[in-house]
Amino acid sequence: MGALMVIFSLQPKQRNKRTDSVEDELELSAVRHRPEGLEQLEAQTRFTRKELQVLYRGFKNECPSGVVNEDTFKDIYSQFFPQGDASTYAHFLFNAFDTDHNGSVSFEDFVMGLSILLRGSVQEKLNWAFNLYDINKDGYITKEEMLDIMKAIYDMMGKCTYPILKEEAPRQHVEIFFQKMDKNKDGVVTIDEFIDCCQNDENIMRSMQLFENVI
Amino acid sequence: MAAGVAAWLPFARAAAIGWMPVANLPMPVAPTEKNKRQDELIVLNVSGRRFQTWRNTLDRYPDTLLGSSEKEFFYDEETKEYFFDRDPDVFRSILNFYRTGKLHYPRYECISSYDEELAFFGIIPEIIGDCCYEEYKDRKRENAERLMDDQEDNKDSKLPNMTFRETMWRAFENPHTSTMALVFYYVTGFFIAVSVITNVVETVPCGSSPNQKDVPCGERYTVAFFCMDTACVMIFTVEYLLRLFAAPSRYRFMRSVMSIIDVVAILPYYIGLVMTNNEDVSGAFVTLRVFRVFRIFKFSRHSQGLRILGYTLKSCASELGFLLFSLTMAIIIFATVMFYAEKGSTSSKFTSIPASFWYTIVTMTTLGYGDMVPKTIAGKIFGSICSLSGVLVIALPVPVIVSNFSRIYHQNQRADKRRAQKVQKARLARIRISKTGTSNAFLHSKRNGLLNEALDLTGSTEDERHHNKTTSLLESQHHHLLHCLEKTTNHEFVDEHLYEQNCLEGALQNYTSRSPSLSSSGGLTGTCCSRRSRRKSAHLPNSAMSPGPPHGLQELSAVHIHRSDRPPLSTSRSSLNLMPDEAMRLNCKSGQITTAIISIPTPPGTTPEGDGHGPPSPSVQTTAGSSVVKVSAL
Repeated sequence: MGALMVIFSLQPKQRNKRTDSVEDELELSAVRHRPEGLEQLEAQTRFTRKELQVLYRGFKNECPSGVVNEDTFKDIYSQFFPQGDASTYAHFLFNAFDTDHNGSVSFEDFVMGLSILLRGSVQEKLNWAFNLYDINKDGYITKEEMLDIMKAIYDMMGKCTYPILKEEAPRQHVEIFFQKMDKNKDGVVTIDEFIDCCQNDENIMRSMQLFENVI
Repeated sequence: MAAGVAAWLPFARAAAIGWMPVANLPMPVAPTEKNKRQDELIVLNVSGRRFQTWRNTLDRYPDTLLGSSEKEFFYDEETKEYFFDRDPDVFRSILNFYRTGKLHYPRYECISSYDEELAFFGIIPEIIGDCCYEEYKDRKRENAERLMDDQEDNKDSKLPNMTFRETMWRAFENPHTSTMALVFYYVTGFFIAVSVITNVVETVPCGSSPNQKDVPCGERYTVAFFCMDTACVMIFTVEYLLRLFAAPSRYRFMRSVMSIIDVVAILPYYIGLVMTNNEDVSGAFVTLRVFRVFRIFKFSRHSQGLRILGYTLKSCASELGFLLFSLTMAIIIFATVMFYAEKGSTSSKFTSIPASFWYTIVTMTTLGYGDMVPKTIAGKIFGSICSLSGVLVIALPVPVIVSNFSRIYHQNQRADKRRAQKVQKARLARIRISKTGTSNAFLHSKRNGLLNEALDLTGSTEDERHHNKTTSLLESQHHHLLHCLEKTTNHEFVDEHLYEQNCLEGALQNYTSRSPSLSSSGGLTGTCCSRRSRRKSAHLPNSAMSPGPPHGLQELSAVHIHRSDRPPLSTSRSSLNLMPDEAMRLNCKSGQITTAIISIPTPPGTTPEGDGHGPPSPSVQTTAGSSVVKVSAL
């Protein structure tokens, strides 16, 4: 009997929590975003009308509310890499796409990013890559930032790799990268060093053209 | 890869540009879309109702009817649409599966028609979403049980040639099969009733002589009762032995509840026969007679309702157990309280806490015998609280048992929770297998892909490639993406099995290999490769492979490619970058080929050339003067 009384006294607290979550749900469902018109997007990006239509259909299918928040983004990206953990790299990608830093990627952000990646000049693509690596967007890539990015990429491989992934593999890779890119050996890579070095590297130049005809 | 996010694959591939500046190796070539056409609307005419969707939507699931070229069989040239002569209502759910990636099971739909439609369109039912899966499984189970019942009824009506034993068993289990069975059924029922009544009447005091006190009938008419008892026990023994003989699985029969009841019912008589005159033991023997009352349980064979009651109690066992536990808690609490409350009063019946248990039980069940009553004021207060709470606590289990009973009665045996858990486990296992299937698909197609290219280079014929499965464009693009990741990080994906083997073998750097050379004449390698590469095995060289295995078979991770008209390549890896396109393609592919592990018996007398060591990445070595490109993975 006493136990029953204790149980009843606990009820009110739970009810408070429930009302909070109902309000949260209302908030979420109220967020709906409609993109700018097709003509404007056509003007701003290098996609044709049909391509924009295809892109939007895919986008809206996965995100009916019109915006992607970080969790959905991570979820979608992780489905392409079943063996590893793609969430860290997805986080960096999200920040690279979310140009206005409002915590969500709308269709405009999405399509602008894709326009650069698929239809942009090599300079623009390299710019975008630099922006991705520069986590705090201060114009310099430090070794710590590069290490974070590298670890995120290696995380996507998962653990079942051949040869077995060692702890210092990302660090070694960062060293190689800095040796190549950091011309004046000041410990950071600026955008000019980066672009210069990439343009002189045939491999990188060639691989930049790899995804020309993705859409 | 979940086909539901297929629309985002172009995005993922575009984002792969972020890896390019970081990678040190050249990237593999992207798969070309051979016949790329604009996305178009296709019309699906299902029994007159027209559904329209994009072609890409259907292509998301290439292993179903609508996603593969199988739907071309249903194409109607005149109306330029795909016609299916199936149920349009169920088709709605199926088409929604393509659109949203989730398959739902509508509750109003019949389970067998739904299953048929799924089978027709090539969709496995396990991918039904969590929201509808329980319902689907329940309906399926009910259907299966109904089918089984029907089958059993049918079986009873027709009589194949059964052995005598089988007919007897059937007669025992189902008394309506033949008149003999019915007779046997009623006879045993009668004797059970007689036996029980005998036991009862035995103890009734009947007629007394004036000088003696009342004697129970059992002692007065000892002989008569003994004869009755003997007759009943004989019938029961015969019945038990017959059942034992007829049972298809004697061991299982002996373990069953009914057989134990039978044994317990007849055992006291035989024990009584054995030890008749021993005075000491006869006291114990008398108490054994109480087991004769178990004969009443034999009625459960005759009554369906009794059996259901038994099942109910069994299925509510956990609820009953919990209630018993809480009841015990309450009894102990109140008994303690009453004991200490009544401690002060004189001549109190509450002599100890266990003595108070009796009071608590009697009060809580609202019996109130009145043999123990509290006298102090505190005792009376707590006593009233006790009786009030007793009403609540006792009333709790009743609805549970009642609802359980009615549920079982109506459904006539609900499946065990344990069976449902097993089904859930099986379902999760199947989904997991199909998911690992996608990641394995990459590894599998990698092996196939490389073999294909290896065979390409050796100029093999078409039919050596026919065993390859054609992957859809989506899959090949996805695999290309994973491949780029491998190149970026300079590590390769392997499946779990290989990974565990690697772990067990320790550092692979210790593998001193003599590398593998079949550096013999050029012409030989061509045929060697094409022959051996088919014998691909997925085993990595194990550490037991110390140099010089006696049997001469060496597992290599090398493939030799004969290129007769290429200039010799230099040994450094970076120089690969300077090679013309074709050679780069070659190197890429040869880099890929390292994952095809091939067993090649070393012909005697070949000298190991070069060094098998190296950084754990593909390296290309050449033998001077020959144009054999040797690629080893270690």
